[in-house]
Amino acid sequence: MRKRSIAPRKIIDRIIQLISFMIALFSIGILIWILTVIVVNGITALNWELLVNPTAPYGIPDGGLANAIVGTVIITTGAVILGVPFGILGGIYLAEFGGSTRFGKLIRFSANVMMGIPSIIVGLFAYTLIVLPSGHFSGFAGSVALAIIMLPVVLRTTEDVLGMVPNALREAGLSMGMPRWKVTFTVIFKSAKRGLITGVLLAIARVSGETAPLLFTALWSDGWPTSFFTQPTANMTVTINEYATNSPFDVMHARAWSGALLITVAVLALNIICKIFFREKRV
Amino acid sequence: MNKVINKKSSDKPVKISVRNLNFFYGNHQALFDNNMDIYENQVTAVIGPSGCGKSTHLRTYNRIFELYREQRATGEIHIDGKNILDPGEDLLELRRKVGMIFQKPTPFPMSVFDNVSYCIKLHYKLKKSELADRVEKALRQAAIWDEVKDILRKPGMSLSGGQQQRLCIARAIAVEPEILLMDEPTSAIDPVGTRKIESLVEELKDDFTIVIVTHNMQQAARVSDRTAFFFEGNIIEYDDTEVIFTRPNCKQTEDYITGRFG
Repeated sequence: MRKRSIAPRKIIDRIIQLISFMIALFSIGILIWILTVIVVNGITALNWELLVNPTAPYGIPDGGLANAIVGTVIITTGAVILGVPFGILGGIYLAEFGGSTRFGKLIRFSANVMMGIPSIIVGLFAYTLIVLPSGHFSGFAGSVALAIIMLPVVLRTTEDVLGMVPNALREAGLSMGMPRWKVTFTVIFKSAKRGLITGVLLAIARVSGETAPLLFTALWSDGWPTSFFTQPTANMTVTINEYATNSPFDVMHARAWSGALLITVAVLALNIICKIFFREKRV
Repeated sequence: MNKVINKKSSDKPVKISVRNLNFFYGNHQALFDNNMDIYENQVTAVIGPSGCGKSTHLRTYNRIFELYREQRATGEIHIDGKNILDPGEDLLELRRKVGMIFQKPTPFPMSVFDNVSYCIKLHYKLKKSELADRVEKALRQAAIWDEVKDILRKPGMSLSGGQQQRLCIARAIAVEPEILLMDEPTSAIDPVGTRKIESLVEELKDDFTIVIVTHNMQQAARVSDRTAFFFEGNIIEYDDTEVIFTRPNCKQTEDYITGRFG
């Protein structure tokens, strides 16, 4: 039998390595490109006034984004309060109790479908569920829409994170005479704590850029958020959308860029916090 | 099918009495009519090749297998005369009475102190000072107090493997069980840690009835009073350890302990 030459295989190996490296570089390049464009355009209008003054119509001096920043924080906090407990409890159900039952499989499937639903449809859903019956746009409706988007994300990450806790720990807890719920909430939760927090932070990062669901629910406003349940509530993404697309004025465009920069920095910060959380775990 | 081969029974009273125990993983049967009497304050070793059902057998004594939906046991296991496979059995109380040590050390994600105190608090109402005393007593009993007394607030996971395993033993005996199940307790532990755990087992048998599963035959010979040899889900031979290792009655037992298979 004649031996096959090793040279061509080596060359092919090199070529494939090179191609995958280039493609990886390309994807990172796009991220860097986006970040650069946002920073370059956003930094020019970024100043202190922007952070302390509320939004103002064109022509009125000293307009800022402060009310939108506050509104976004309120709406997102509301979404966390509404969405996270359901997501975590649902995840517990799948990971600890009924994951392999038919009902559990149905829930997992539904969560996966929910994750794929376009956010604008979730916005419309919240609109018909809350805005129409109550007769007004509100920050609360926005929180509900965002909570619906967060729910499956938190649910699935909770299930995954709890699933990574070895069964040996469950057996150890049960063997000490702990009831199942105590095993879950003390032993399992403690060892999965960082993963759970990371899941929630990533879900927040996921919704903090959503615009469409807020368009139908929180809408926007030039005032400070005063009534969470009855008034349209200013928020970053819809404001950016308004300024960038519905305004002919350069000042507004610049402000939109700055808003985009602020959101990007916030989401980036969240992601970095997640990374740090996970790194500390290893020690 | 196989009767208990139980010629020379001990003078100690019977603590656990297994009758016609069968075990199923879904449709697969893993144990066949196991019969066995385990005596109080003795160390009973369960040996046999991998997959022979020795761990499966042990895991029925505290019904820990019920964590998994598809696993099922039939027959009777009497502990102090009471059938613990009875559906009405209180599992929390059963598991207080029957502690378990696993193959891999499983400290809870808490401090050394809390690993023990949390488990005590599960079953007993105690004042703070009493609790600390109980924790110390358990850690001393598990021969680990001197090594951890200055690091009680450190996470249990930060200990070495052998220390973690002794912490788990401390945790298990802290709730004052009567029986200790050990499922290959030293297979993930280095030789020094193994020696410590083995000598600990000898000391503990004064207070507890110990059943230890091991695939290390020397270990069974060193620590146990009686030994059961399992093969393919059957108890082939069960007798005094000395008899099993010097003049076994079954050819299969002899083949296994002389290293001809397994």
